[in-house]
Amino acid sequence: MKPPPFDYHVPATVDEAVALRTADSDAVVLAGGQSLVPLLNMRLARPSALIDLRCVGGLSYVRAGEGGVAVGAMTRQRELERSAEAFEACPILREALELVGHPPIRNRGTVGGSIAHADPAAELPAVLCVLGGRVGATGPRGTREIAADDFFLYPFTTSLEPDEVLTEVFFPKAPSGSGYAALELTRRHGDFALAGVCAVVSNGSARLCFTGVGGRPVLVDSDEPDAWQAAIDPSADATGSADYRRQLVAVLGRRALELARARSAQ
Amino acid sequence: MTRVRVEVNGTAVEREVEPRLLLSDFLRHDLGLTGTHVGCEHGVCGACTVLLDGASARSCLMLAVQCDGLSVTTVEGLARNGELHPVQAAFREAHALQCGFCTPGFVMAVTALLEERRGEKLSDDEVREALAGNLCRCTGYQNIVRAVQIAAGSEG
Ligand SMILES: Cc1cc2nc3c(=O)[nH]c(=O)nc-3n(C[C@H](O)[C@H](O)[C@H](O)COP(=O)(O)OP(=O)(O)OC[C@H]3O[C@@H](n4cnc5c(N)ncnc54)[C@H](O)[C@@H]3O)c2cc1C
Ligand code: FES
Ligand code: FES
Repeated sequence: MKPPPFDYHVPATVDEAVALRTADSDAVVLAGGQSLVPLLNMRLARPSALIDLRCVGGLSYVRAGEGGVAVGAMTRQRELERSAEAFEACPILREALELVGHPPIRNRGTVGGSIAHADPAAELPAVLCVLGGRVGATGPRGTREIAADDFFLYPFTTSLEPDEVLTEVFFPKAPSGSGYAALELTRRHGDFALAGVCAVVSNGSARLCFTGVGGRPVLVDSDEPDAWQAAIDPSADATGSADYRRQLVAVLGRRALELARARSAQ
Repeated sequence: MTRVRVEVNGTAVEREVEPRLLLSDFLRHDLGLTGTHVGCEHGVCGACTVLLDGASARSCLMLAVQCDGLSVTTVEGLARNGELHPVQAAFREAHALQCGFCTPGFVMAVTALLEERRGEKLSDDEVREALAGNLCRCTGYQNIVRAVQIAAGSEG
């Protein structure tokens, strides 16, 4: 068998899940498994137990309201992608989600899982940052909200405490009349991007969030390419050099601004 | 050990399994359904694609115990009364396979795609994008795209 042995818990409520996390600090939460199971298969993760959230009620919903879209942590990425009311409130969500892996991955992968996993190349954390969103978390000390900008710390590391469970992700609406764009460059469609960007422009102001070029999503409140270059800290890997990623940020940033501005004019 | 109850290709199955057993290994080793192939076992190649309650999923990225209460369709579950499923027939007609290793995964992904987009006309680009998560080392994809268009026509 590929994964190492672990205990397996199927709590029915968030409180039970929190109690299980509190009792065993080596236990990890299992959501859609699309990042965690590969890590188990490669034995890069060896948790004592998995706390599977699949039977926890009330964690799968998409609610669009005046202020934005509230999404339950266990909502599948594909469900959010196809939600008409989410598209109406935050159209950038669909454009970004279509870039996440492939349909079978998004059928299983959850919105909360992508946010909690905090891959610096992932699309959803960048959408959450560029919209100035927040997450809801429940732990033994109760429930709290964490602003996106305070949530993502380093690669695969967030400010969620080890005994907390992420329960909700809130994507605020961009100001009315604003334009948006989510773009990236990948070697093959559906791969993690070498670099990507989410942009929102409104009334002469521009906010961009770059992926794959730092330890976390890199948020910049400027349409100046020099400001983008000053904010990012790309590194090299098998898919591209740091210099190439700097070049991509210049090109993707410019294209995203053009597209977002064209959409805002309409 | 954990008890899992699933419906596999229309038949109810109940087993005691280790929680770490992957769905792909459960299908192949415990149920003898070796039509589901495993290539990379980390989500990249798509060979292990099955349908879970009708939606495509990687069986190598799921634990068997996560499927409790769900229905699983594998490539063995597609043909009816000895008749190939339209997607299978189209793959044969278009010569969309050579060694056949990737084929069950493609057939399941295409089945889900055509179910979801029933009656719609798909461009070749859309087909390629929808199947970008399935890798084939033999065919060059040309005939696979053609097979999808044949199946889409015969179903629509
Ligand atoms: C081939 C492939 C390609 C992919 N491409 C992309 C891509 O292009 N872009 C992209 O963004 N992602 C990509 N992914 C990853 C995918 O989006 C995952 O679904 C996502 O990163 C994790 O979500 P999950 O629900 O599967 O979480 P899991 O894998 O179950 O969990 C991931 C991590 O988050 C933690 N966690 C999950 N939910 C909670 C919660 N509610 N509370 C606390 N902790 C939690 C888990 O403990 C674990 O550490 C890809 C995956 C594969 C296999
Ligand atoms: S074996 Fe499952 S995706 Fe490759
Ligand atoms: S036919 Fe050989 S891998 Fe696709």
